[in-house]
Amino acid sequence: MPLNFNSYETENFYDELIQSPGVPRPGAKILVERIESLKDGDILSRQRAAEAAMYNMGVTFTVYGSEEGTEKIFPFDIIPRIVEAKDWSYIKSGLKQRIHALNLFLDDIYHDQKILKDKAIPSELILSASSFRPQCVGLNVPRGIWCHITGTDLIRDKDGQHYVLEDNLRCPSGVSYMLGNRQVLKRTFPVAFGESRVKAVDDYPARLLETLQYLAPEHVSSPTVVVLTPGMYNSAYFEHSFLAQQMGVELVEGSDLVVMDGFVHMRTTRGFQRVDVIYRRIDDDFIDPKTFRADSVLGVPGLIDVYRKGRVALANAPGTGIADDKAVYAYLPQIVKYYLGEDMILPNVPTHICADDKEREYVLANLDKLVVKATNESGGYGMLVGPHSTKEQQAEFAELIRKNPRNYIAQPTLSLSRAPVLLEDHFEGRHIDLRPYILYGKDIYVVPGGLTRVALKKGSLVVNSSQGGGSKDTWVLSE
Amino acid sequence: MLSRVANSLYWMSRYLERAENVARFVGVNLNLNLDMPTELGEQWAPLINTTGDLEQFTKKYGEANRENVMHFLTFDRENPNSILSCVRHARENARSVREIISSEMWEQANHFYLLVKDAAANKAALDNPHDFYTAIKMESHLFDGITEATMSHGEAWHFLQVGELLERADKTSRILDMKYYILMPDERAVGLAIDNIQWAALLKSASALEMYRKHSKQISPAKVADFLLLNRDFPRSIHSCLDRASHSLHAITGSPEDAFSNKAEQRLGRMLAELNYTQIDEIISEGLHEFLDDLQSRLNKVDNAIFETFFTMRPLNSAGTQHQSQSQA
Repeated sequence: MPLNFNSYETENFYDELIQSPGVPRPGAKILVERIESLKDGDILSRQRAAEAAMYNMGVTFTVYGSEEGTEKIFPFDIIPRIVEAKDWSYIKSGLKQRIHALNLFLDDIYHDQKILKDKAIPSELILSASSFRPQCVGLNVPRGIWCHITGTDLIRDKDGQHYVLEDNLRCPSGVSYMLGNRQVLKRTFPVAFGESRVKAVDDYPARLLETLQYLAPEHVSSPTVVVLTPGMYNSAYFEHSFLAQQMGVELVEGSDLVVMDGFVHMRTTRGFQRVDVIYRRIDDDFIDPKTFRADSVLGVPGLIDVYRKGRVALANAPGTGIADDKAVYAYLPQIVKYYLGEDMILPNVPTHICADDKEREYVLANLDKLVVKATNESGGYGMLVGPHSTKEQQAEFAELIRKNPRNYIAQPTLSLSRAPVLLEDHFEGRHIDLRPYILYGKDIYVVPGGLTRVALKKGSLVVNSSQGGGSKDTWVLSE
Repeated sequence: MLSRVANSLYWMSRYLERAENVARFVGVNLNLNLDMPTELGEQWAPLINTTGDLEQFTKKYGEANRENVMHFLTFDRENPNSILSCVRHARENARSVREIISSEMWEQANHFYLLVKDAAANKAALDNPHDFYTAIKMESHLFDGITEATMSHGEAWHFLQVGELLERADKTSRILDMKYYILMPDERAVGLAIDNIQWAALLKSASALEMYRKHSKQISPAKVADFLLLNRDFPRSIHSCLDRASHSLHAITGSPEDAFSNKAEQRLGRMLAELNYTQIDEIISEGLHEFLDDLQSRLNKVDNAIFETFFTMRPLNSAGTQHQSQSQA
């Protein structure tokens, strides 16, 4: 029997594709009709073909803690997630505002700290953060931009409202999956793709290169851009290599670069060659042992000195981590208001700051209902999902919070929106989020699409690939 | 091109060529043993002697029997030169230069590795050793063919060539040397049927038997040595390998073929010049085994020089600043 959505249950969640059993949302109508018209078994063979294509393209990630060099394909569901034009224009304006404000915030925090002097947000919150880099104070970054590449995680609640879950301003990853998913999905549903008028994401590598070239020191007419990777054992190595290849630039490791005569050079078979812009995928901590962690072997000694003198550009700038600290995140409405004089367009998820005595008491009393997160962790590590946790886990987190309250925030457990995934012979709803990518060069550009991550385990709210998540293609529709 | 990338390319192709040649070694030994007089039993120690891993082997396994030697050379993870280790290193190197090589090359390196890895986990893999070692050779040939047909023949490709050809020259010299270690019943056997059969098996392991036949009708030790050492047309002969490796080195640096601009070119050029002006009789009267031994150690020195010349770029800070202050003064 051909597949259909007649018995598909949305179970009280906001479903991105299906309004009620058998009734698609307007933007998903073409796709759903197409799927329901497929012959028996056709969709499964399309899923298999898509997986084979992924495998051959080598779209993989590395799992930490398993056998050396173990790569897995990022699990992938072929039913795309659809974002309607009006939703997208809301998301886009919200993200632009946010990135704009965060960049002004970074420039202020590492210069005059006016926002702290004006007491718009508490000083100790910033100065106590491990992600605040005293080494960056006074730094004049190229073109005044700190964060050139951002990946912001969005979720959608029961009532259809979008929220920002977290900002990733350091080295956000996943964009290669966005591009890989799209390549495969175009082949999987060519007709529905064409008729739905989906916006293109394929020019991302070209736009990224343009953004990077824009940062080069002004006297350099044709800048040498490189991608700096921690190496092939990094979980995102595939992406580093993919982006370098797509942009047609060298992929370098720390040991390939050397600071000499006040400039950064790469070691080539014909001697040293000057490097002007580095898209670094190495964390601040490891990027320069002379400035940050002295025991780092991944970085380039002396790099930050050259950067300070404006002789090489880094994307993103060091020190951006302070702006995606989860405790700072809670103050984003104040930050937007302070710099732009506007109300924040895209709201945050309500956040309890454990450093605050009153809020901490509330958090400790409601651990079974809240999601607790470490302020300086990402990737789903250091996290407690209250309703899905045991008494022991809650006690463990209570202890952690009491010991180091600054390190934790808590949020209500939102019922993340869902989208159907294909399970052999039927569809089931799974929770999803959305990570759009934003480039900040000459202007702010929000890539019309993004990575939709899906919690493949039934009922699970954790979408991270390291925790059993997968992904879907994201179709942003034209107006 | 980045020094690290050149280094990875060089080692990727060296390791793949090495894996192929280890398969050839085992293959020739299986053949030799089939033809061996039964009173001698199977001989496996000479094989370990040839590859130069005797000490490491004895420490771990003790007795050199068929099962031990085949495992050591094929699947032993602790042996850096086992087929499994070689293809694993090759694949790691390929992964680190994935944006440089063609995706077909990467897929083949990956496929090669998975084939050996799966075989290592499968106890029955060596039940039919002939098929298995033939498959290894074919995987390597496939990689070579894909490389030839899908990658620009520029600097990166030349580094692949140099790695492959130096490795092949070394391994051909070891295959040729294998006879030296094989126990013979007594001197009288030399020149007898059994001796000829062994030389033929040896040629076969270098995929050289048919090409040799076109060159000389009869099998004689001197002619076999001449063919594998000095023949200019056979792609596995040492002369041919060194000649093409030298050509690639000059293509990388741009220096003329009859001159040198670095130690690697100089050392390799000298070896090649000697081979150009040597006859096999001279080599044999001086001792073939000694000649091959010396050749292997000189190939190592070429490898060292390549490393120094292309893969280790050290900053010239002290010299650079000195020069600056001098010109200012």
